[in-house]
Amino acid sequence: MQSERVVGQPVFRKEGLAKVLGAARYIDDLSMPGMIYGATVRSAIPRGRVLGIEFSPGIPWDEFTIVTAKDIPGKNYIAMINNDWPCLVDGVVNHPQEPILLLAHPDRHLLPQAVAAVHVRYEEMSSVHSIEESERGRTIIWGEDNVLKSYLLEKGDVDAAFAQPDIIIVVGEYTTGAQEHLYIENNGAIAMYDEHAGVTLWGSLQCPFYAHKSLMAVTGLPEDKVRVIQVETGGAFGGKEDYPSMIGAHAALLAMKSGRPVKIVYDRAEDMAATTKRHPSRTRHRTAVTKDGKLLAADIELCLDGGAYSTLSSTVLSRATIHSGGAYFWPNIRVRSKAYATNTPPHGAFRGFGAPQALFATERHMDRVAKAVGLTPEEFRRRNLLLTGETTSTGQVIRQQIDLQGWMERALDCANYREKKARFDRENPDGVRKKGIGFAVFLHGSGFTGSGERYLNSLVGVDATAEGRIRVLVSSTEFGQGTNTILCQIAAETLGVDYDVVEMAPPDTGIVPNSGPTVASRTAMVVGRLVQSAALGLKQTLIASGLLGERYLTEEFQAAAKAHIGKHGGLCSMSRYQAPPDVYWDDQTYRGEAYAAYAWAVYVAEVTVEVTTYSVAVDDFVALQEVGRVLNPVLATGQVEGGVAQGIGYALYEKVSWDRGLMKNNQMTNYIIPTSQDLPKIRVYFEEVPFEHGAYGAKGIGELPMDGPAPAILNAIAHATGEDFNAIPLLPEDIAERLAAGAPAAQEMATV
Amino acid sequence: MSMREFSLRVNGVERIVSAPPMARLLDVLRQELGLTGTKEGCGEGECGSCSVLINGELVNSCLVPIAQAAGTSITTIEGVGAHTKLHPVQQAFLQCGGAQCGICTPGMILAAVHLLEKCPNPTREQIEEGLNGNLCRCTGYMRIFAAVEKAATTIEAGVPG
Repeated sequence: MQSERVVGQPVFRKEGLAKVLGAARYIDDLSMPGMIYGATVRSAIPRGRVLGIEFSPGIPWDEFTIVTAKDIPGKNYIAMINNDWPCLVDGVVNHPQEPILLLAHPDRHLLPQAVAAVHVRYEEMSSVHSIEESERGRTIIWGEDNVLKSYLLEKGDVDAAFAQPDIIIVVGEYTTGAQEHLYIENNGAIAMYDEHAGVTLWGSLQCPFYAHKSLMAVTGLPEDKVRVIQVETGGAFGGKEDYPSMIGAHAALLAMKSGRPVKIVYDRAEDMAATTKRHPSRTRHRTAVTKDGKLLAADIELCLDGGAYSTLSSTVLSRATIHSGGAYFWPNIRVRSKAYATNTPPHGAFRGFGAPQALFATERHMDRVAKAVGLTPEEFRRRNLLLTGETTSTGQVIRQQIDLQGWMERALDCANYREKKARFDRENPDGVRKKGIGFAVFLHGSGFTGSGERYLNSLVGVDATAEGRIRVLVSSTEFGQGTNTILCQIAAETLGVDYDVVEMAPPDTGIVPNSGPTVASRTAMVVGRLVQSAALGLKQTLIASGLLGERYLTEEFQAAAKAHIGKHGGLCSMSRYQAPPDVYWDDQTYRGEAYAAYAWAVYVAEVTVEVTTYSVAVDDFVALQEVGRVLNPVLATGQVEGGVAQGIGYALYEKVSWDRGLMKNNQMTNYIIPTSQDLPKIRVYFEEVPFEHGAYGAKGIGELPMDGPAPAILNAIAHATGEDFNAIPLLPEDIAERLAAGAPAAQEMATV
Repeated sequence: MSMREFSLRVNGVERIVSAPPMARLLDVLRQELGLTGTKEGCGEGECGSCSVLINGELVNSCLVPIAQAAGTSITTIEGVGAHTKLHPVQQAFLQCGGAQCGICTPGMILAAVHLLEKCPNPTREQIEEGLNGNLCRCTGYMRIFAAVEKAATTIEAGVPG
């Protein structure tokens, strides 16, 4: 396993040089001849009918290109799962900040006043602003019952388990708030239209073929008349999965009407108010456990706030549902889950994709179950963690050699958990600062859920250029996670050439095949594996043609590739996804292999709660994970550290303040993310159990680190304060309210 | 707004620009001078992506009107290093994984260069404080701290970058 030359090495990031020089070109750094600028007029109300649109005098309106829903040549929706998300409002508004009308003008500075000079008259309708209101159903805003999607997952006989004598039942309710991605680069796109070539879109985006599909629908143009090119993307985290299709469609409509290239780049306030966030959630757990601490049954009800349109909610809910059981063996489990519509901008993909919500509830709840049965959190978990050969909540047999108990022990040792716990217990009663230590054990499924990868049917290529350079052809994009680097490492390793001669083909739908969206922690494991097999095909072609021997130097390989191109006109090898043969999944019953592989982790957080200010500081953080083979240790460590930082923000800082579906704190000034002074030392450890179907044994890594920090931190706060806080974000005022009241937490436990 | 001419020294070169006096330095650098390495993240001085050095001091160029920058000497990321000769901070960011998506990187590198000029051997706390005006959403800062520590060592050892 350690014999690889390139894989597993800390080679430099492919595009790193351009980034440190400031030479990397992002969307707002680009300009086209004759380019004009676009802006969006948005709804000011959460729900209602549009009665009229008026243009105030004082603006040279004849100089503007104006686009409304009537100008859409194709379909008025962003093509996703249900196609219910309008590209532009056509009569009815369903959330604040919904796009109604588009403007474009050569002078970028004229746009804000023009947008302000468009007055939309509405007839307001009653609106819905929480899971509870949507659930109550007094106002129906989507479908027949406000339910965007629901699932029922069931294993064993839950009701019979709860009816057993001599069991302890523990119940709890856990809530999580919305979270803003706050990528430092705002959303943006440039579109160009020409009658012969069709529409070309450049964008800050994760999924070129998603934008491609939406542009085809909106413009009515055929596949070969739509081209999408990803440019350097300044952070995404899921926030540039679906919304770029919207901005791209808007830019394309303005470009088609004006006949000029159009750039739309949001400012921070617009990006924060109008684009997607992490789904808020409410999860209720009811757990049956024996008196000696063995889990018998879970009855879980999980609800997400999906916002005004269904967009990605069904798939986020699916992942949340499957992850609800956590890393435990449940003989019986039932998860009933629903995504509800509210009159809020649609919530979307954000690193973790439903799993952070589900696992916050589960891992907070497990500490409370442990307490109810009189066991320490670690001993209780030791008795219930999944073992190789056991089944998950979907009935998937864990075939991988896992050692969750051992990994938990290692993480606790790294954090000096037992010594600190005892010391804090001793010192806390007299201290003005209360210290606590807590942890979470969790998992994250790699790749699309269930049959998803089969539907994606990804295609990947590796080719050689006439100059003898090797290119990886994928639509998988780089936005900081390291796609370029690891895919080039995999290709270089397989081809037996230097990393430096391998490069990425431009992420352009006119050049690269569809290797699927860059989401779901699937790039290293699924796409990487396809790169490996395409590269192997290329090498075998050269050897079979007699141009290359069995042993060669990089230069000899390049010479052979050039000779092959000279003789045959090209050298390219493609590889298409093939599902592992023994995988079974039922979309209807949610039974079977939910994911080809899981990554596993144990995160330990140490906190200080200041009893005078009620602020919480995270003092130390241990992040131990098993993600299969680590392809690049520097990049992998960076992924974990960044995910942990976002998780700390999710738990303690990042609060979206809503006013009837509108984000009120849509500025960096008042939406607070961790700064360089707010984080503990994040200590990262890897266990490596190579996964046979992943590239060189890799599994997914990107999302996993988002799942564990919040429950670990809240468990540590419970240890420090003796109070159960079950909602995030947890701000000082929330702690003050509880501790100052002096009242004990509502006891939600009952013994049968 | 009426245009006026301003002269300033940018990355060691005298430049004359024509702009409204209240035009943001950020826009003048990016649009008039084509120096797109300086990024806009928030437009309100919170994120530090638009950091540049004015007479050696670290400032957010989104908050500085061009009139105020007239006559000063400005360093942008384009003036820190070149392909052929990276600054030790840039080299260290590359080696340590200090850049992920790269959008905060130019500002972060300028903040690090500024810190090391004022404080050549910073402690971890001084690094945390020195970079606290520059937000990064990708890295969790750990690789950036490592890069600054490495650059400090390189500079101290006098190894050319």
